Amino acid sequence: MKKLIANREIDVNEEGYLIDFKQWDREVCECIAGECNVVMTEKHWEVIEYLQDKHRKEEPLSIRGIKRSGVINIKEFYNLFPGGPLKKSTLIAGIPKPKSCI
Amino acid sequence: MKNLIILGAGTAGTMMANHLVKKLPKKDWKITIIDQYKTHYYQPGFLFLPFDIYTEKQVKKEGKKFIPSGVNYVQKQIELINPDANTIELEGDEILPYDILVVATGSKTAPEEIDGMSGPDWYKTIFDFYTYEGAKALRDKLRDWKGGKLVVHITEMPIKCPVAPLEFAFLADSYFRKKGMRDKVDITYITPLSGAFTKPKATKALHHLLEEKGIKEVVDFNIERVDYKNNKIVDYADVEVEYDLLVTVPTNMGDELIERSGLGDELNFIPTHKTTLQSKNHENIFVIGDATNLPTSKAGSVAHFEAEILEENILRYIEGKPLKEEFDGHANCFVETGNNKALLIDFNYDHEPVEGKFPFQGIGPMSLLKENRMNHWGKLAFRWIYWNMLLKGIPIPFVPSKMSLKGKNFE
Repeated sequence: MKKLIANREIDVNEEGYLIDFKQWDREVCECIAGECNVVMTEKHWEVIEYLQDKHRKEEPLSIRGIKRSGVINIKEFYNLFPGGPLKKSTLIAGIPKPKSCI
Repeated sequence: MKNLIILGAGTAGTMMANHLVKKLPKKDWKITIIDQYKTHYYQPGFLFLPFDIYTEKQVKKEGKKFIPSGVNYVQKQIELINPDANTIELEGDEILPYDILVVATGSKTAPEEIDGMSGPDWYKTIFDFYTYEGAKALRDKLRDWKGGKLVVHITEMPIKCPVAPLEFAFLADSYFRKKGMRDKVDITYITPLSGAFTKPKATKALHHLLEEKGIKEVVDFNIERVDYKNNKIVDYADVEVEYDLLVTVPTNMGDELIERSGLGDELNFIPTHKTTLQSKNHENIFVIGDATNLPTSKAGSVAHFEAEILEENILRYIEGKPLKEEFDGHANCFVETGNNKALLIDFNYDHEPVEGKFPFQGIGPMSLLKENRMNHWGKLAFRWIYWNMLLKGIPIPFVPSKMSLKGKNFE
């Protein structure tokens, strides 16, 4: 489905996750962050870049990965993206939500 | 004479030994498989052991029986892989050189990764069922448990057989119903993911099962510690859940050998090319089964499909041909839902599980993503298939290594 984000038509799934990462940019990102009540700071951007890098390398995302990322610790991660930090941060980063097989 | 060494004689390693012994000319290649343990466990059976559905005998056999003659079987501890020298170091300073290495060292539970998990209450009120010891201890506990809060919990992803914890919750519901004490047991399913089901089609088809069985769901729960003194688990957002009996799936990690050898990621899984199964950092090292970091399920069926493709790629590598980029992440799993029913799911990297018929389009006899008795008998029959076909590298009839799109209801 299409969703109007930052005055552009963006392809998203039922839960609002971007389908095509090519449509993601900082403007789209800030707009989605706004909807999640997250105001982007320097630290947020660092985390977003880390997540996108993991996604590019097809490495699974996990809370443990965050712990060892060298970017941020887990408590900070929860403070930056309150309430389901992996779910929110992947939404804002324009990458798929971490999933199980079913 | 050249050397091909397989590390690990579990599901994936044993299958590879059986595949390769038939293909590599004996005059040129010596195949060696190394594993320190004598017992080969049927790991899918660990799900049934706690509920007295399987006996201890049904889930273990002597590993030696499944290693083909013509393969050199070494039962020693592996100290180190040295990829620069192309050697394996065994206990007692024994060094074995290799030309090709197949790593099949699997994954195992690491309860010590979470504070308080493997403390004084381990196997008293806190259990895993991913090990033989854990499943057996849990069976003994359940036999005379009087009821209370049962919490079924996943520590973090990825885990072996990602549906097993859900199956455990379903089977627990049946088990306590049969014992006439379901009203005394409160079952809660806790996951670090956003739901027990995370794929849209599976959620739609299956979420009712949780409601019907009265299983509560706590989602997005990333455990920080087990507060065993107060019988509760605590997550990073300070959410607390109380338990009387905690059945957890601890962190799953690759073998310490991988860490010692500097070959793994943060969970000791080896970075592997997802379509060829060649390791990313060393062209003469191949990886199969749970030891890889591939974005597919860690499951026996996956190892089986991988084995067929890896056999071909090893032969191609020897002949200096380009590797086939064939592996599609295919997995095929039965999911027990209790009351002698099960589901069947079939999926790969690109296609989520959907409804349909399997393996024959329109006919079945198995149904995808729908619970019925036929699927349950399929799951039970699978134990025979495992010992008699899968480990021996015999292809399962009508189920090719690449996933078929036929008979599936994609919209």
